[in-house]
Amino acid sequence: MDSIQDKLSKDEALLAKFEEKVQAGESVEPRDWMPEAYRKHLVRQMSQHAHSEVIGMQPEGNWVTRAPSLRAKQILLAKIQDEGGHGLYLYSAAETLGISRKEMIEQLHTGKAKYSNIFNYPSLTWADIGAIGWLVDGAAIVNQVSLQRTSYAPYSRAMVRICKEESFHQRQGYEIMAQMMKGTAEQREMAQDAMNRWWWPSLMMFGPHDTDSPHSADAFRWKIKRHTNDELRQKFIDKTVQQAEVIGLTVPDPDLKWNEQKGCYDYGEINWDEFNRVIRGDGPCNKQRLEHHIRVHTEGAWVREAAEAYKNKNEQQSINLN
Amino acid sequence: MSTDTQLDSWEVFMQARTGANFIHQGSIHASDKKMALQNARDTYSRRGEGTSIWVVPTSEIVASSPEDVDMLFDPSNDKIYRMPTFYTMPEGAKNI
Ligand SMILES: [Fe+2]
Ligand SMILES: [Fe+2]
Repeated sequence: MDSIQDKLSKDEALLAKFEEKVQAGESVEPRDWMPEAYRKHLVRQMSQHAHSEVIGMQPEGNWVTRAPSLRAKQILLAKIQDEGGHGLYLYSAAETLGISRKEMIEQLHTGKAKYSNIFNYPSLTWADIGAIGWLVDGAAIVNQVSLQRTSYAPYSRAMVRICKEESFHQRQGYEIMAQMMKGTAEQREMAQDAMNRWWWPSLMMFGPHDTDSPHSADAFRWKIKRHTNDELRQKFIDKTVQQAEVIGLTVPDPDLKWNEQKGCYDYGEINWDEFNRVIRGDGPCNKQRLEHHIRVHTEGAWVREAAEAYKNKNEQQSINLN
Repeated sequence: MSTDTQLDSWEVFMQARTGANFIHQGSIHASDKKMALQNARDTYSRRGEGTSIWVVPTSEIVASSPEDVDMLFDPSNDKIYRMPTFYTMPEGAKNI
């Protein structure tokens, strides 16, 4: 009886201390005490982030064998390899919270864990590779720069590393778009078409409007999130519109207008029905993305088994030698 | 029975240039030492970030506990004789 009371007040004291520390801007390391909800929130967010990096390799991988030049192919391969690396940084950072890599992958395969909605759209033409690098990585960068100051230290460290690598990703995408806009009428049309298809899903990457964001209060109090969805989205729009203008692309939003008073762009209504439909699994590529991951994971099992068998054989041999 | 695992976890330390300290980078998964080194290189040094890598099985790391912080990292303010400013140097002595 007493002990339950004791435990409760002890937890309250720990929570108060934790919140005080986070408020003071100190970071949280894996072995520090943390509230269960903080751990849960991070596991969900970080594993989703890791899965996004890995699933995001698919739409780009679609164009490796069809890249228009050797230079373009080398760049695309290097970019995709980076994304695989980002997934690995994030999986290992998430593992410090006590979840195993195996569990995370199982959760992806059963649909318990999500990945970014954006990768449920197809990459139909080479211009899509430009649009993905420029817009999708561009939006991801805005989010990731903000997350460099997230309170959970392993997450923050992974973000710092990722941000260093991202600017190449965005620049190579923008270069593709710029090149196509200097090309034939057909190439310009292709670039504009990619812009039209990727613009809105890129804005959706920041998530629902702040007024419709259900569980963000804890995330802010615990400094997991440092900026709201709408703040980040606005930042992305404000810096991207000018880049579109420079190369002659039209932003597919008739309501887009510079707001002198606020010093930022006003933009049109986002189609949240589409967003929710794609999240629920009805996007153009949801099924394909997940099936591909499951297939490759299953087909690769023998490699992991062989590696383990090789290790066991060598260990056995060194025991026999002793 | 499936023997499929995600392999063992290893911690990665890297030296950015010769003469520098080895700094923790993160972790990777691998079945043995050789694979651990290869995966560490592929994961943490794609742009010449390192000149040398250490990998250590995660299970072999011994870490201090946050509760022991006061005991282990007492600033030793009572031992100010560890600071060079504690000592009185003779008037006129130079370069010391
Ligand atoms: Fe990435
Ligand atoms: Fe990227």
